Amino acid sequence: MLMYVGRRLLQAIPVFFGTTFLIYFMVFSMPGNPVLALFGDKTPNPAVLQRVMEQYNLDKPFLVQYFLYLKNLVTGNLGVTFSGRSVNDILARAFPVTLKLVIMAVVIELLLSVVLGLISGLRKGRILDHSNLIISLVLSSVPPFVALFVAQYFIGIKLNWAPVTVGENATYATMLLPAIVIALTIYVTGMRLMRGSVIEAQSAEYVRTAAAKGLTRRRIIPVHIARNSLIPVITNSGASFGALIAGTTVTEGIFNIHGIGNVLFKAILLGENATIVSFVTILTVLYVLVNILVDLLYAVLDPRIRYV
Amino acid sequence: MSDRKIEHYVAPVDPADEIEVDRVKLGDRRSNLWIDAWRDLRVRPLFYISLGLVALVSLAAVWPSLFTGVDPRYCDLGLSNKGPTAGHLLGSTFQGCDVYSRVVHGASTSLSVGIFVVIITAVIGLPMGALAAYYGGWVDSVLSRVGDIFFAIPYFLAAVVVMSVMSQHRNVLVIAFAIGGFAWASLARILRAEVLQVKNLEYVMASEAVGRSRFATLMRHVLPNSLTPVIVYLTIALGAAITAEATLSFLGIGLPSHTMSWGNDISQAQTSIRVAPMALFWPSLALTITVLAFIMLGELIRDALDPKARAQR
Repeated sequence: MLMYVGRRLLQAIPVFFGTTFLIYFMVFSMPGNPVLALFGDKTPNPAVLQRVMEQYNLDKPFLVQYFLYLKNLVTGNLGVTFSGRSVNDILARAFPVTLKLVIMAVVIELLLSVVLGLISGLRKGRILDHSNLIISLVLSSVPPFVALFVAQYFIGIKLNWAPVTVGENATYATMLLPAIVIALTIYVTGMRLMRGSVIEAQSAEYVRTAAAKGLTRRRIIPVHIARNSLIPVITNSGASFGALIAGTTVTEGIFNIHGIGNVLFKAILLGENATIVSFVTILTVLYVLVNILVDLLYAVLDPRIRYV
Repeated sequence: MSDRKIEHYVAPVDPADEIEVDRVKLGDRRSNLWIDAWRDLRVRPLFYISLGLVALVSLAAVWPSLFTGVDPRYCDLGLSNKGPTAGHLLGSTFQGCDVYSRVVHGASTSLSVGIFVVIITAVIGLPMGALAAYYGGWVDSVLSRVGDIFFAIPYFLAAVVVMSVMSQHRNVLVIAFAIGGFAWASLARILRAEVLQVKNLEYVMASEAVGRSRFATLMRHVLPNSLTPVIVYLTIALGAAITAEATLSFLGIGLPSHTMSWGNDISQAQTSIRVAPMALFWPSLALTITVLAFIMLGELIRDALDPKARAQR
């Protein structure tokens, strides 16, 4: 196990350097001076320009800039946004909110996948199964921002069942609606995995044995079929956990949830490129880290992975 | 000794055709992966529905005047956020433009972004995946590590960075590069896994044994036999790319606001969601149906090509 952890961490090092370098390179190689862009239509005083360039290390060669940024990143100093707020402070306040939202969404996704997948698998080929599959496919095709608007309009504005925006008050109750909407747009993969393994398990020998020794279906379904089908579904939820942390921009923007995604959303609307880049980098690093953690978790759950 | 003759019965020789006897009876129907898949697809109503929708959207993209005679850029502020009126079946936008006409004309933007993304994804992803798997060794190490890096950046975030930095040059091609330039890593992974399986099959060894070069074998035998998951992935990626473009436009970093696109229309209608929800609803519906059509088509082809999935139906 220790070997596996070590190898997985070693593999992550080039990915970490590569991703941060790539993002930096993209920004650097693009035409235009990023500082000039910050001033909009106005032409800044050359002295001011020089000062800002120095402040962001933009006067130094590209590689030096990159390593300076990397040094700050590793030592936990994430810099300041364009408006002068410390990125560390913003993260400390915003990350717990995003984490809460994503955990809610993943738990709901897991529940939907397991319950609907089990029903579909047990009723293979029937109307219920077909409608389940089609509904999940349709829901997964709805672009998330459209789904969020529809939910916001009908459930928030028309029916008034949930708050239209979340704002500062980010409790489990107020974020329930966006969490459900996200879960609905992503549960399709998990549900199919569950359905597939339930169908396979039903004709497996251990299930036949269980039936042969006289167990009722009420016992076979939860204990023998469902439990053994859970591993791929949980694996998939781990993957969606990472993807959601990186992808809450639109959700948090539309529902005004004060998480990391919302910071990025506002920076995009205001065109603050420096903030955009630093938050995209942070989200990418988080995504890589979460995926490593999830991989390690699988290795704990499933010993076969460690020995590949 | 008796002179009785003992007659032995000898069965007459039946001149049966040996080849006929040896032939395995499979029925008259020819069978291979694609024929089986086609047989499966052609009886599924969903296949025709998604194909019809794709055809409809393509037709609207190529020939919008077939569907509407109203100029999508002609706006009458007097009709701002009005519901359906004579000549404006689906109502008007905040600017007073015809919603139906804008929905029809938006199709070409979405579709061209989708097609460009698929082309870029294929052009980068196919060689990266195929060469890595087929040549192995250091080629595999280098190409796969590069792929890992691109794979580790969520492609939507990468597109956000590219589009914000390229704020002066926002057009269909740039947005397609912003999306496809990172989405190819998944394709390369899928193809690599497939080629790794195919390259150990007997016909690949046979092709090299008769003297065909390794590269020619790759192009002639390995690649065509590894394309099944690629086709499925690209069909679904087309739908996903349309979503990504609309999301970027919605965030204001996609296409410039004067370009007609469903994402832009949704973004502009969002401010008046409380008074005129229908101006937001129609482009959203068009977007959803288009994405659904491509994803459904991809899923059905995947289903039809996978004997295991067919058995689980």
